[in-house]
Amino acid sequence: MSSQRQILVCCGTGCLANNSYEVYLKFKDLISNKEIQIKPIIKPTGCNGLCEKGPVVKILPDNISYFKVKAEDVEEIIEETIVKGKIIDRLLYFDTNTKNKITDHKNATFYKNQHKIAIRNIGEIDPSKIEDYIERDGYAALKKVLFTMKPEEVLEQVDKSNLRGRGGGGFPTGLKWKTCAKYNHYPKYVICNGDEGDPGAFMDRSIMEGDPNTVIEGMIICAYAIGANQGYLYIRDEYELARKNMQIAINSAREYGYLGKNILGRGLNFDLEIVRGGGAFVCGESSALMASIQGKVGEPRAKYIRSVERGLWDQPTILNNVETWANIPPIISYGPDWFKEIGIKNNFGTKVFSLVGKVKNTGLVEVPMGSSLRSLVFEIGGGVIKDKKFKAVQTGGPSGGCIPKEHLDISLDFDSLNEIGSMMGSGGVIVMDENTCMVEVARYYMEFLSEESCGKCTTCREGIKLMLDILTNITKGNGKEEDLDLLLGICDTVEKGSLCGLGQTAPNPVRTTIKFFRDEYLEHINNHKCPAGVCKNLTSYQINSEACIGCGICKKKCPVDAITGENKKLHVIHQDICITCGECYENCPTNAIEIGGGIFES
Amino acid sequence: MTEVIALETKTEMSIQNTKKILEKYPKDKRYTLAILQDIQRNYDYIPKEAIWEVSNYIESPLSEVYTIATFYKALSLKPKGKYVIKVCNGTACHIRGSDKVLDAIKSSLNIQPGETSEDGLFSIEIVNCVGACALAPVMVINDKYYGNMTKDKVHQVLDEIRRSQNE
Repeated sequence: MSSQRQILVCCGTGCLANNSYEVYLKFKDLISNKEIQIKPIIKPTGCNGLCEKGPVVKILPDNISYFKVKAEDVEEIIEETIVKGKIIDRLLYFDTNTKNKITDHKNATFYKNQHKIAIRNIGEIDPSKIEDYIERDGYAALKKVLFTMKPEEVLEQVDKSNLRGRGGGGFPTGLKWKTCAKYNHYPKYVICNGDEGDPGAFMDRSIMEGDPNTVIEGMIICAYAIGANQGYLYIRDEYELARKNMQIAINSAREYGYLGKNILGRGLNFDLEIVRGGGAFVCGESSALMASIQGKVGEPRAKYIRSVERGLWDQPTILNNVETWANIPPIISYGPDWFKEIGIKNNFGTKVFSLVGKVKNTGLVEVPMGSSLRSLVFEIGGGVIKDKKFKAVQTGGPSGGCIPKEHLDISLDFDSLNEIGSMMGSGGVIVMDENTCMVEVARYYMEFLSEESCGKCTTCREGIKLMLDILTNITKGNGKEEDLDLLLGICDTVEKGSLCGLGQTAPNPVRTTIKFFRDEYLEHINNHKCPAGVCKNLTSYQINSEACIGCGICKKKCPVDAITGENKKLHVIHQDICITCGECYENCPTNAIEIGGGIFES
Repeated sequence: MTEVIALETKTEMSIQNTKKILEKYPKDKRYTLAILQDIQRNYDYIPKEAIWEVSNYIESPLSEVYTIATFYKALSLKPKGKYVIKVCNGTACHIRGSDKVLDAIKSSLNIQPGETSEDGLFSIEIVNCVGACALAPVMVINDKYYGNMTKDKVHQVLDEIRRSQNE
């Protein structure tokens, strides 16, 4: 077994988009037709995290990782690497931090600083094979629980670990379970919230696609601890592959006796069912999600009675996020003390972040809680694309806020992010550079939320719409200075008058952008200028006469022929023709194009 | 006249197919969304007759079924094109220029988001995050993901689809 080579082809959504399945099939095809002494095993795996450099192919036990592999490269990989043991230089990963080519991806800065718990198996196993999961100690925690622990002991262990819900709020998981266990009306339910809706976050998708069994194992352990017999996995409509892999895992778990009646002969009855989401962001909210499972419209309810007491069909219910479930088996296996050695006080363990936006290395990363935002963006992320100026990071999706460069050293944990007016949310980290307009970002989130508000609470339904109108006005050049106070006033009303998290946290993007980027708002309002060059009415482009080398690229790129100029001489943009699309700005090799204010008045 | 006949046959067919879908589920309100999603998958939209059928089957008022059919974004009461182009406007795609991708698609097809082209081939939809943020900006056509989109790539992909239709 150990001498047998393995070829792992990443088939996560990101790599699939870059045709990794073709690469996988090509390997299968060529290997089966080739005479090799010991044939390698070829496996499709879940997401390796560094989606931008995909498709990723890993060769074990040699620990060689190839990136951006195309089907055309497969033959060469087999001939050179598999047969002759030679490394193909051009397919290696180039580390932008150290400027080195790296053979084993684990040595790259992107991976080296990570600490994987929730995504420990992803990229290493074939998610459709429960045997792969079992080989990596899968279901060992379940066996430990069923054969050696009482339900109270399980509750105690989870509580002692201080694990906090990874879905956003950070509510202590152990406390939730303990409260639910106290109620004596049955049946009880266990739910996995896989309705990942925060734009910019895709860790739940990757876990469900790449390691579905860990979620199932976590849920069975909870069912044992609180006394539940039925569980539901509510998975987003768009996540087809996640549903497929999850269903395969459920079926295999039943075959192995981990799900169903009398699990492993220990008397526990528990089974799981997948519920397909309907494509409504608000269903990520627990009470709306439960309403949706019951076949109703996904509207949240007031929660003076918590769902641990009366949740799904008014029965005691535990709902946790995908990443939270993935943390349960390791906590049980290695114990709460092990878990508490990772992270910082009150925020133990790790968090998976999706590092996206204007950052060089985009993808999924898992780091200990308390890591600094700076290390995430500049070390693991490799800094801003094209080395442009860093402006802000947006965390927590539409419920979160924008964090400016002055706060880059903030510790990434639930409490620090709340304190600054943002939020952990599900862990989306969106990097923004000098060409991102913060007013437009606030407007974008209000547009998102006004569409996704279910409309039940007036403050949320009308307030968000009102903020959207005001922000749209500002981005069009019709803003007034009083608008800022008006916006902050509406923020308070929306926060106080809304029932669920969607409305209560909706003001965060507006508040934080006004707090940290007031000057940018004022530039829009008073000087009719969008410094980032995003708001079209408030942007014009000029060519700096000293920097222009007359190469003519801008002239070629301009879709409306607004640029004239002779070869090697200064070029000019004709403002009356220019549609401010920004093509010239993006493509100028000497950065000679400058952003000016709007000229709509002249 | 032919049009009317065609419409009637279509209605007939739709009731038949809907019945097949309904039979897969127990008569329980709980399955309303799941049934409607299957119907959506079958027709690419929810035909009017199907809402009646579902309402009768699960013994739920028509208004309730209609509420669900209009609340969830995965469901649509309007027929969609053969190729549904979903332009992702999640945050990562948004700040990496999803508006330019959308503009390119709109100008190529001459339709707005939410509309279907006259030949019934394409529909455009704007969606909030498809969870492929590392490849931003992204568009999805009938479950196939296209990453790192540019204006040129949009035209390339659409031309390819058009060509495959003519063959």
